[in-house]
Amino acid sequence: MSLSSALLNVAPLAKSLSEQTKENSWINILIFIGFVAVTMIVVFRASRNNKTAADYYAAGRSFSGGQNGTAIAGDYLSAASFLGITGAIAVNGYDGFLYSIGFLVAWLVALLLVAELLRNTGKFTMADVLSFRLKQRPIRIAAATTTLVVCFFYLLAQMAGAGGLVSLLLGLDNTNKAGQNIVIAVVGVLMIVYVLIGGMKGTTWVQIIKAFLLIIGAAIMTIIVLAMHGFNLSTLMDAAVQTSINEGGVGEALLNPGAQYGKAPLDFVSLALALVLGTAALPHVLMRFYTVPTAKEARKSVVWAIWLIGAFYVFTLVLGYGAGALIGKEAILAAPGGVNAAAPLLAFVVGGPLLLGFISAVAFATILAVVAGLTITAAASFAHDIYSNVIVKGEPKPEMEVKVARRTVIVIGLVAIGGGILANGQNIAFLVALAFAIAASANLPTIVYSLFWKKFTTQGALWSMYGGLAAAILLIAFSPVVSGNPKAMIPGADFSWFPLANPGIVSIPLAFFLGWLGTVLDKNTEDPRIQAEMEVRSLTGIGAEKAADH
Amino acid sequence: MGNSAHARAEGPVDFIAEQNSEEFKSLRKSHRNFVFPVAIGFLVWYFAYVLLAAYAHDFMSIKVWGNINVGLIFGMLQFVSTFGITTWYVMYANRKLDPQAAAIRQRLEKQIDSDAKSKEEV
Repeated sequence: MSLSSALLNVAPLAKSLSEQTKENSWINILIFIGFVAVTMIVVFRASRNNKTAADYYAAGRSFSGGQNGTAIAGDYLSAASFLGITGAIAVNGYDGFLYSIGFLVAWLVALLLVAELLRNTGKFTMADVLSFRLKQRPIRIAAATTTLVVCFFYLLAQMAGAGGLVSLLLGLDNTNKAGQNIVIAVVGVLMIVYVLIGGMKGTTWVQIIKAFLLIIGAAIMTIIVLAMHGFNLSTLMDAAVQTSINEGGVGEALLNPGAQYGKAPLDFVSLALALVLGTAALPHVLMRFYTVPTAKEARKSVVWAIWLIGAFYVFTLVLGYGAGALIGKEAILAAPGGVNAAAPLLAFVVGGPLLLGFISAVAFATILAVVAGLTITAAASFAHDIYSNVIVKGEPKPEMEVKVARRTVIVIGLVAIGGGILANGQNIAFLVALAFAIAASANLPTIVYSLFWKKFTTQGALWSMYGGLAAAILLIAFSPVVSGNPKAMIPGADFSWFPLANPGIVSIPLAFFLGWLGTVLDKNTEDPRIQAEMEVRSLTGIGAEKAADH
Repeated sequence: MGNSAHARAEGPVDFIAEQNSEEFKSLRKSHRNFVFPVAIGFLVWYFAYVLLAAYAHDFMSIKVWGNINVGLIFGMLQFVSTFGITTWYVMYANRKLDPQAAAIRQRLEKQIDSDAKSKEEV
């Protein structure tokens, strides 16, 4: 099939694409129900050994590096990655690709500076590490606060994405808000069930299964798209340019940087900073390192994650230009779900209703798995850091902590459903970028200082965490995304004075500076014996939490 | 303040002496001499790429082969360098870090065990 005839065949198809996908929505629902059924069985089987806190939060530390790395990929390749990046490349070309590079390179920070040392010094949460040699109560409260805020923004992004996705996949109209809200509630309830019953072990298996399906699905689509273009990336990009010219778009410019950030290069630099420094400070990513028995397995986890995530982002480059070539920007933006529709529509064009059903079910599963991971992280942080170490001062009754964690899961699930309904229609990639910026500002400086800077004190940690958190949130509130233009969250008002959409370039250096300033101005010093213990433990693994025996 | 992390400092191991031992200093040096320069290196390389993509559109748009331009090649090289650094670090850690860490860990664990035994005998 020559290129031009392919385009002629596809162009009329694209017009009725969303109509056609509607007719087949029962396949999507069926495949999704299949996924839920299989994962529920796995979760029930995994739940048999959920007795202690180490079982519930850290899956008894019994996963291998390969399993955990796959689960990390499942956790990390969220709807924003899969649907968002594919869509961004399809619509904005090269600039969409920039996201995936930041998301990938960021893993080197985790690999080199954080993963192993964190595994050796902590138990369940990020606060375990940060409070190791500083004052317990204030540090745990601060770390739990930043954990809950980051999880909340990330959760909101996933739940908000669910609504838009549903319109496309279940054939609901974009205006059918009631139908979308019901699906958001269904996602929330399913997630509560997974996390309540399965704990970390169940959540991990859901993420492993999902990562496997997502990567296989994306690989199949990538091979088909490449085969249609003679296995030549240059030919594929040519086709994307042609489609763009045919519909009066930017044409050649699709291949060059600038389509999205050309007018705001500093905004892009700020986003890049948040992406590369945010990953190693995301609480739900950090918590995954406690599910393996040793630091060496934590290292292996990151290596697996880097290869899987890197391969996946190479696929999204092909899928993005493939969607640009075979569907075109106008048809994508016109479909329900907008930019996020590029990947599902491409699945339909290259593989018919069955592949669409598979990819749609995987996209749903993605939201479910990521939301479950976030929820267990937030619940662990509340129960372990706030309840056990602050409210009952380190002496919880046996099993009480897990009970509190389970109750917290229900509360967070309800908040996620409510927040998801309110945030329905907000831009997913933007909300996720905010979560990265907050994590990089509020958490990363303190993680790095407490692992590598001997003199670091409690005051430095508190200034850095609260200062970074407050700066990030205030700058977002006064940015053009919240007010001051027609596309803003509050289009009617204008109280924006901060010019950038992402606060990272200001808030991250500020948090590093505050951590240093708070420390040098601190009249108190910390106990050098505990600093010595932390440093020796972090590098040698002496006294690290062992795997549970079952 | 009564918490488990602080209580551990009272155990049989003198961590300050351990921290100052030549064996541990050598491990710390091996670790930091690798991770700090490599971390600075990949961050500089990443931000060089980001700044080029943000401000040097003409340079990044130069076509090298077919539609493959400098920007795409630099982007793919970020993938290659990430995979490369990952493999390099794993080889280095297996060869240089793990044996040193294991030696210190085994010695300290023996010390803790014999301390626990002598307490039982008393």
